[in-house]
Amino acid sequence: MRRIASRTVLAYLTKRLGYYAVLLAVAVFLSYVLSSLALSPRGYFEGRQPPPPASSVEAQLTALGINDHTPLMDRFTTWASHAVRGDLGRTIDSGSVGEEFGRRIGVSLRLLLAGTALGTLAGILAGAWGAVRQYRFSDRAVTLFAFLLLSTPTFLLAVLLKIGAMRLNQSAGSELIAFTGEKTPGLTGSTATLLGDRAIHLLLPTLSIALGTAAAYSRYQRGTMLDVLGSDFLRTARAKGLTRGRAVLKHGLRTALVPMSTFFAYGFLALFTGAAFTEKIFGWHGMGSWFIDAIGKSDVNSVVAVNVFAAVMVLLSGFLADVLHAALDPRVRTS
Amino acid sequence: MTITATPPETAAPEAPEPTGRTRVALRRFAASTNAVVGAAALLLLFLLAFGGPYLTHWSHTDIDYSALRQAPSATHWWGTNRIGQDVYAQVLHGLQKSLLIGLLVALFATVLASVVGACAGYFGGWTDRLVTFFIDLLLVFPAFLIIAIVSPRLRDTGWLAFVGLLAVFGWMITARVVRSMTRSLKERDFVRAAELMGVHPLRIIFRHILPNVSSFLIVDATIAVGGAVMSETGLSYFGFGVQPPDVSLGTLIADGSGAAVTYPWMFFFAAGLLVVFVLAVNFLGDGLRDALDPTSGQHRRRRRRKGTTHDRAAR
Amino acid sequence: MTAPHADADPPVLDITGLHVDFDGAPAVRGVDLALRRGEVLGLVGESGSGKSTVALAAMGLLPRTARVRGSVRAGGTELIGAGDRELSRLRGRRMAMVFQDPLSALTPVHRVGDQIAEAVRTHQDVGRVHARRRAVELLDLVGIPDPEHRSRAYPHEFSGGMRQRAMIAMAIANDPDVILADEPTTALDVTVQAQVLEVLRTAQRETGAALLLVSHDLGVIAGMADRVAVMYAGRIVESAPAPELFAAPRMPYTMGLLGAVPRPGSRVLTPVPGAPPELRLLPRGCAFAPRCPLADDTCRTAEPELAGPEEHRTACVKAPEIAARDLAATDVYPVDEPAPVRAVTPRGELPAVLRVEGLTKTFPLLKGAAFGRRVGSVHAVDGVDLDIRRGETLGLVGESGSGKSTTLLEILRLAAPEAGEVEVLGHRTSELTKRQIKALRGSVQIVFQDPMASLDPRQPVGEIVAEPLRAQGADRGAVARRIPELLRLVGLEAAHAARFPHEFSGGQRQRIGIARALAVEPRLLVLDEPVSALDVSVQAGILNLLRRLKDELGLAYLFVSHDLSVVRHIADRVSVMYLGRTVESGAVEEVFARPRHPYTQALLSAVPVPDPVAERSRSRVLLAGDPPSAVLRAEGCGFVGRCPVYAGLGAGDRARCAGERPVGEVACHFPQPRPFPAA
Repeated sequence: MRRIASRTVLAYLTKRLGYYAVLLAVAVFLSYVLSSLALSPRGYFEGRQPPPPASSVEAQLTALGINDHTPLMDRFTTWASHAVRGDLGRTIDSGSVGEEFGRRIGVSLRLLLAGTALGTLAGILAGAWGAVRQYRFSDRAVTLFAFLLLSTPTFLLAVLLKIGAMRLNQSAGSELIAFTGEKTPGLTGSTATLLGDRAIHLLLPTLSIALGTAAAYSRYQRGTMLDVLGSDFLRTARAKGLTRGRAVLKHGLRTALVPMSTFFAYGFLALFTGAAFTEKIFGWHGMGSWFIDAIGKSDVNSVVAVNVFAAVMVLLSGFLADVLHAALDPRVRTS
Repeated sequence: MTITATPPETAAPEAPEPTGRTRVALRRFAASTNAVVGAAALLLLFLLAFGGPYLTHWSHTDIDYSALRQAPSATHWWGTNRIGQDVYAQVLHGLQKSLLIGLLVALFATVLASVVGACAGYFGGWTDRLVTFFIDLLLVFPAFLIIAIVSPRLRDTGWLAFVGLLAVFGWMITARVVRSMTRSLKERDFVRAAELMGVHPLRIIFRHILPNVSSFLIVDATIAVGGAVMSETGLSYFGFGVQPPDVSLGTLIADGSGAAVTYPWMFFFAAGLLVVFVLAVNFLGDGLRDALDPTSGQHRRRRRRKGTTHDRAAR
Repeated sequence: MTAPHADADPPVLDITGLHVDFDGAPAVRGVDLALRRGEVLGLVGESGSGKSTVALAAMGLLPRTARVRGSVRAGGTELIGAGDRELSRLRGRRMAMVFQDPLSALTPVHRVGDQIAEAVRTHQDVGRVHARRRAVELLDLVGIPDPEHRSRAYPHEFSGGMRQRAMIAMAIANDPDVILADEPTTALDVTVQAQVLEVLRTAQRETGAALLLVSHDLGVIAGMADRVAVMYAGRIVESAPAPELFAAPRMPYTMGLLGAVPRPGSRVLTPVPGAPPELRLLPRGCAFAPRCPLADDTCRTAEPELAGPEEHRTACVKAPEIAARDLAATDVYPVDEPAPVRAVTPRGELPAVLRVEGLTKTFPLLKGAAFGRRVGSVHAVDGVDLDIRRGETLGLVGESGSGKSTTLLEILRLAAPEAGEVEVLGHRTSELTKRQIKALRGSVQIVFQDPMASLDPRQPVGEIVAEPLRAQGADRGAVARRIPELLRLVGLEAAHAARFPHEFSGGQRQRIGIARALAVEPRLLVLDEPVSALDVSVQAGILNLLRRLKDELGLAYLFVSHDLSVVRHIADRVSVMYLGRTVESGAVEEVFARPRHPYTQALLSAVPVPDPVAERSRSRVLLAGDPPSAVLRAEGCGFVGRCPVYAGLGAGDRARCAGERPVGEVACHFPQPRPFPAA
């Protein structure tokens, strides 16, 4: 029976993966087309001072594979045939997109992972706690705080955090909290010093992502937890002789986590956008700030690369949510 | 087909006067402090945005060269910015724009979501598969990316095109919920009864399905207003939204954030109004949910089915 | 089993003066109950009477919003006001509870065996392995086959009956003094209900515990209880030993309740008029007075206490009078005798309204979410024959999953069936044009089970009733004239048209559903479990209405029900379904008195009747197991897996049963007539 169950899950997950691959392919195609149509790299070159000769612009565009005089489909097939081999083309400044990608992906992932992990954990705990103490002062306080955070866009939150840090530094007279970039440039010292420096730099960006995430998750978790608190099986657990606290812990929390896996998939969309803002505001050279800069330069290949990254991350989180759901809920495993 | 459990019948409310649905909803609404506070705050914000500009003779484009970066005073109530524009006039104008954008986006997105979602859920089969695929496809990208890519092209078409873009990328999750609600409504006996009487499918959708998801739609649209405003300000902050000389809360926050420590009035009025507005919308939406959602009973009031503005802001 | 003597030993559960309020609205208003070892006390009442609240209060499991006063003592310990920790030591050990809905009552993410083992470990200082072994033993005790293996399953992998067995296993894990069972079989099919009640009986015998059985089903109570207490509006209104209470009720409410249950031989039911009061707005005096035909001014001034001799107590000032004059339900509740116009025309000459032959419907069995692939078929309907003549009522009987509802939908679709034939008013549905279908839709209408779900909550009643008229293209004036007419026809007022469904009681809502079905003057009314969501006292009113309408309008009914007593009461002919097939059909009197198919026999014997004497004396045919899944289509007879006759057959006969499909009015190769006493 167990083997059959795990085989169904495996078949199900394989099928999901296939579906995601189709989605990804279509999405990549559309984003290439859209970026090529909307952005004007020719304008970027022509607008340079001093204006370069027309033939040189033409040659540059062709070399980068983004010449709008080449038919769009040809450009795409050329790009795609390189892309499947792992070559994402060149940036508008003739750098390698792949290398840029490699440099920036780590930055973004560090930020995203720390923020997500912290935010999810804090949100789930706060939500569950609020539900158990429904309508008491602590619940109301958590609720109000969550609402306040939910009503503050990530960019504003980031700016506010930055302003707060500036004030703090001002009044302290020294740089207590660093908020520009990932580390202090040129800093040397022991590993501990370097790590500490990084941690201080990580503080505000992580907070700006984690707070919003925590607020959203706390609301979801509170809702599912409230549903579970009124459920029959919790009553059964107490009828067996479990105290309320133990029943909530052993039967309630575990069950209330199941629907959370669905939110996990959706949440990622918000997270990615938030990360773009955060990177830009705190001067991190991650995928998000790359994207915003690339649009300014009409850098088609870089824009597409970030799009691909975002799509893959979204699908990956969707897939993770599926796996998580199957792991948490035996009902999914057998049907 | 199955044997029912104990009848869920409640005693007939033979109350002296009929307690209409609206009346019940109103009573529940009034009982929720959050909702009332939210509604009142929204009303005030609207009054401020549309009536406030008449109280000053400064318009948002006027430049007072004699007062650059001036703190709030009798002449310039909320101070001036670095080129001498009146912050009060600017913020109110920006608020106006942001409110308009929020309302329109929420309206368009909700209408689109309800029709598409209801059709997918009701007709099922290939219609459903196609719609589901399309929704999944749109969800693969954070809408922010697409709008940011497209908006330079739309620079000349004005803010209405921007509204359209936000709406086009803001309906998917609502549509999904409407779809699944429709699917369960379709199994309900009153829809089945209508089908067996030979009522036309579109009539069933408009007469039975949509009215029965209307509570959800009202709540969702309310919260969507906040979400749209958050998206708008975010995009405008990076220059992908409302374009100068037009202003919105987003552009004002972007302009003011650099000087926030030294000239706080340039930043905090716009930022404060934005947060107050979205907070009011969220409170109102939460209160409306309690009042309209029949499943939010005595014991589990305030259960939440869906996200709030946070995940919408991204779309 | 005899009721132990009152002063034999102290009660194991003693409830006195129990009051429960929810947000200021009373739910229980002064209840006294005492249970002694080995005794079964039945607590009866309709929904909202407070019976479940009493059970939950005894366990200390009411939600926090509840305010509880009075005293609940278990073995000398006072429970009201005790802390959660203290109560937790008693719960599950001294007193255990079996809940109504076994699916939602088990935690979906933990294994059944673990949940039972947890009950053991909570009160006994034993290791994990030992507790697991004990759980397997308990599962074996409650009759779960292959318990070792099954203990590792999750609740959703169990059938309803098995889940309830698991609940019982959990309840007896620590040998409690008291078992509280709250509607333990309400969510189950009759044949499964019979099994579970048997298990409950065994469990109670094994542990020697006292059992408080809460139920709305008078038949179940009659079969199980030694003593019965009847609740109404939060109070006990009558209590007596079971035989006495069922034979000679003295409180008008009890009389009405008993009179409202259809039973063999009774052609008239006594519906109790009105609906239970809202406890927030209780009238002065007796809570039942507004519905009581005997009520006078004394009743309306003060609420009577539960009084009378220890053996038979009533809370009614009229009780002595009722006892003295030996009144029956029909004396108290005036019912208009239905005109006994039985059809004189021989059945064969009546025109057929509906004829179904060999109807089949399969559903694809899909795997996967969005792009599922077909892995098999569900044979929901697999050869159903029906025949309804003008003015006739056919009762379609079967347990859940037998394909009743699918059969109905297939008929009502008015489209060509997958296989077989459907003929409505002489028209074959496979040969209809679009225009004919539309016209025919008016002649066949449906009434659904759940009156709340079948009425659009967003439309006023007038709109709802008018919908079939509009669909048939009636003009505005005709619709406006017809609505008040229809509402009056079903016993409502014309002014009700402007109200919304939620403003009505369950019985009234079902009347609205009937009015809607009658709007276009159909010839055939399909009734899908029309009374199973209603309380008995209300159900009787609807059954009487249906009977009257049939006589007045000359309707034919296809009446689907799982409740055999209701079918026996209202139908002329009956058709029994099992696993998508018709297994037996014939005239009601004939089938009920001399069922020939072993399944029909088992079904009939599983139905509890509200008569303690008959209930205890009759022999039962207990079926083993649950109905099999309709995915595996049986080559021969679908019943072999559970058939008591098959079990006693030789190899050759068995091969015939398994390989050859039985046909005919009694779809059985070895029908054995078995007379049923009109119990």
